[in-house]
Amino acid sequence: MTQHGETNPKSEERIGVYVCHCGTNIAGVVDVQGVAEWAASQLEHRGVVIGRDYKFMCSSLGQELIEKDIKELGLTRVVVAACSPHLHEATFRTACKNAGLNPYLCELVSIREQVSWVHTDKAMATAKSKAMISGGVERVIRHAPLEPLRVPIHPDTMVVGGGIAGIQSALEIADAGYHVYLVEREPSIGGHMAQFDKTFPTLDCSACILTPKMVQVGTHPNITMLTWSEVEKVDGFVGNFTVTVRKKARKIIEELCTGCGICQEKCPKKVIDDVYEAGLGYRKAVYTPFPQAVPKYPVMDVPNCTYFEKGTCKACEKFCPTNAIDFKQQDEILTLQVGAIVLATGYDLFDARRVTNYGYGRLPNVFTSLEFERLSNAAGPTNGNIVLRDGKTTPKSVGIVHCVGSRDRNFNNYCSVICCMQGLKFAHLVHERTGAIVYNFYIDMRTAYKAYDEFYQRVLEEGTLFVRGKVAEITDVARRPDEDGHLIVQVEDTLASKQRRIPVDMVILSTGLQPRYDAKETAKRFGLSCSADGWFIEKHPKLDPISTMTEGIYIAGCVQGPKDIPSSVAQGAAAAARVLGKIQQREISIEPVRASVNQDQCSGCRICNNLCPYNAISFVEDRAVSQVNAALCQGCGTCVAACPAGAISGTAFSNAQILAQIEGLMMLNLEEPVTA
Amino acid sequence: MSDKPKFAMYWAASCGGCEIAVLNINEKILDFDANFEVVFWPVAMDAKYKDVEAMEDGSILLTLFNGGIRTDENEHIAKLLRRKSKLLVAFGSCANEGCVPGLANFSSIKDMVDTAYSTVSTDNPGNIRPLTSYDMPEGTIHIPTLNPTLKTLDQVVDVDYYMPGCPPESHQIAAVIDLVIQVLQGKAELPPKGSVIGAGPSTVCDECQRSRNVKTITSFKRIMMTEIDPDLCLLEQGIPCNGPATRSGCNARCPTAGAQCIGCYGPAEGVVDYGARLISAFASVIDATDPNEIDRILDGIPDPAGQFYRFNLAGSLLRSSKSAWEKEKA
Repeated sequence: MTQHGETNPKSEERIGVYVCHCGTNIAGVVDVQGVAEWAASQLEHRGVVIGRDYKFMCSSLGQELIEKDIKELGLTRVVVAACSPHLHEATFRTACKNAGLNPYLCELVSIREQVSWVHTDKAMATAKSKAMISGGVERVIRHAPLEPLRVPIHPDTMVVGGGIAGIQSALEIADAGYHVYLVEREPSIGGHMAQFDKTFPTLDCSACILTPKMVQVGTHPNITMLTWSEVEKVDGFVGNFTVTVRKKARKIIEELCTGCGICQEKCPKKVIDDVYEAGLGYRKAVYTPFPQAVPKYPVMDVPNCTYFEKGTCKACEKFCPTNAIDFKQQDEILTLQVGAIVLATGYDLFDARRVTNYGYGRLPNVFTSLEFERLSNAAGPTNGNIVLRDGKTTPKSVGIVHCVGSRDRNFNNYCSVICCMQGLKFAHLVHERTGAIVYNFYIDMRTAYKAYDEFYQRVLEEGTLFVRGKVAEITDVARRPDEDGHLIVQVEDTLASKQRRIPVDMVILSTGLQPRYDAKETAKRFGLSCSADGWFIEKHPKLDPISTMTEGIYIAGCVQGPKDIPSSVAQGAAAAARVLGKIQQREISIEPVRASVNQDQCSGCRICNNLCPYNAISFVEDRAVSQVNAALCQGCGTCVAACPAGAISGTAFSNAQILAQIEGLMMLNLEEPVTA
Repeated sequence: MSDKPKFAMYWAASCGGCEIAVLNINEKILDFDANFEVVFWPVAMDAKYKDVEAMEDGSILLTLFNGGIRTDENEHIAKLLRRKSKLLVAFGSCANEGCVPGLANFSSIKDMVDTAYSTVSTDNPGNIRPLTSYDMPEGTIHIPTLNPTLKTLDQVVDVDYYMPGCPPESHQIAAVIDLVIQVLQGKAELPPKGSVIGAGPSTVCDECQRSRNVKTITSFKRIMMTEIDPDLCLLEQGIPCNGPATRSGCNARCPTAGAQCIGCYGPAEGVVDYGARLISAFASVIDATDPNEIDRILDGIPDPAGQFYRFNLAGSLLRSSKSAWEKEKA
């Protein structure tokens, strides 16, 4: 039986071991010189011919050291004991390649993240480094030269989400001459930005800066807009995705519709618009969400349409001058080929009802930030008049509560980034339009970024009152005569060190952002992962914030985490740059670390069939075996672990390699094995 | 003395089922007799260890060794037969991977002996324990001493071939004997040393006729407590069937009869640790994300060690629990 076979065949390899100081990061805890000398002497019989330590292995001098040894000493394997492979595996592989050694014959041993950063006992840390290098040596002996896989790239791109991040991304790619499908599930592109009145800190009219971009998208020859559409399925892999999109029936024939708006005008059915107008206004059962909507075609709200409800009405059809209404229109399923995907699906507003002590939904004059955006919007339900829920009374005093649902262990721990500036913007708008007294209740004022703090100063100078403290409660139960008929904000003023009760007419909750309600499903559909909070996880939080662990799928905007408009735009453009970079390579090389099924050993038990997070496993019915699509596989190893027959093996992670590494870690490979 | 090739069969820590399986080859035994001279087979004929010791090294062509190495006597005979045999075959699950006797590797010798000699099912009013040596007027007599753990044959001596099964299927034994006879007649060649013989290359599922779909398990059931669909994969029905990790060769006898595979043919080719493989495979198809729900589903397997390591504990990566292993070191 294989497991009892010879475990340590004599190594014919010539191995170089390189131990990095990483300045004092490693050398401060690990005796790096001792470790290098130990490897050269104690692992000599395993093929180690040289052990070196160096201040920064990743520097060009450090790399040259390795390259020189490969050439002069004829090294056939390289072990670098340094930081995590995430950081410098590529660096050292390239060094090997430059010296003519197959890059996959290099093994990285993480003695920084796994040793020096987590241990303080120097002797133990040094001993652990030796054990890990011993494991790395045993493993590298069993490495095989690999060649990266090359696959062609489809030049089309899909951008999912038509908010500002998605719009920017689509325009950048389309302007570069490549075709883009822009998928948006609402009837119009524009996203949240289309709902805002002003943007901070410049107080630009949101619509004025957004709508030209929307129009550009609508008329761009390289952009196919798929609004009122949703992605149902994603198959394939980087360069070759097959995306299934459901184009929901608008019940409007787009070729005939001129966007004249007569159908909306004539439609007798009024429906509360809880998407675009945040529940403050009405729309018709056939509607475009707002006047500048792109595309101009309306959609029919089937559940609310009188014809679909009662079988009679058809007012829209009667009055439509171009016969563009089609009650029988069905959903269309489109299958699209693209090479890359940008996900810019945005955020949902935190549901302020969850903070029951703030009374939203119970106390009429408590508003959410999105409601206030609509109130203050000149094109909104009140034509920009800031009034109480009765629709006519102008408030004389307004309280703005920061951090609603954010930085709160009961709800979301994270900071929603935009709420401080949003709260300041509201303060300014209330002040400017109503002259009311404005209180801002904040925990910390976070006004980082360009010209943000200057805006804070301006709002301070306008006379807005700032109270530092987390609001405990908003109530309409008066304790004093002056509180009668008001909302009372109960707050601990931490600067004055006292409890305060401040009566106001209106409260605006600066509600935080949270992941889309269906973010987890979306992540699964695209083969991505979400953080515990639900934001999509980037490949590297600092150095690669737009890539994901699934090659060819990029994220931009708030889907990755709360951010403001400039950052969303920057990410949209950055994602586009990454996509364009890929497309222009025409073909790409992908990591050859892949799972493969030994077809003779596979009995088709199908245990692996629905485990693959990348949908790379399929079942071949006629031969009753499972197989892995090498181009789809990302080498995660889930199926390798699950296969009960041991028929699936991972390149570079074979049983032989891992068991040898374990034996190396246990120092069983030494001439005098260490026993516990 | 005949000039026929010599044959030996020995039982170490085993139940005797392997011997029965050999006899179950029926009339094939006549072919066997025509081609071999049986020189040592304690269950079938009288022989003394000293007779074996007197044989020339390598003089036995084929030895089928069944049973695990539990006592110093087992170990002595294993080493003796290794010396005397050209081909030493680990025959049956015990010699290959420890089998049921290997489950004692979870316990120290004391716990094991206590269980055997003083449980409710044992009538032992004097609380007597076996002694390994006893002084008689005629001198001291010995019985074999237990080793701290049970070992597989190849953990003690070099093994040429492995023939799994508890016991090996008679048709497989017949086929192996046929092969050896053909080799003797120059009509066939032996497989490479270290091969598994008398078994298939893949898993029990390969020989199982039940239909299979993508698996999602919401509860584990025992066969006597559920109605079984006669045509559908047992594992899919929540019956913890070990077939997916078990070597083929038995024609999927148990699953065909409606009982789950318990894994007697041992790990499939490529499986390093049989129990660990099955645990990760079963865990992979549990259809739940809520920890409490997962616990409930897992409670459907009341004896994980017996479910996953019934045959393979001594041959697994861990081989034994720490309590047994620590005593061995001391």
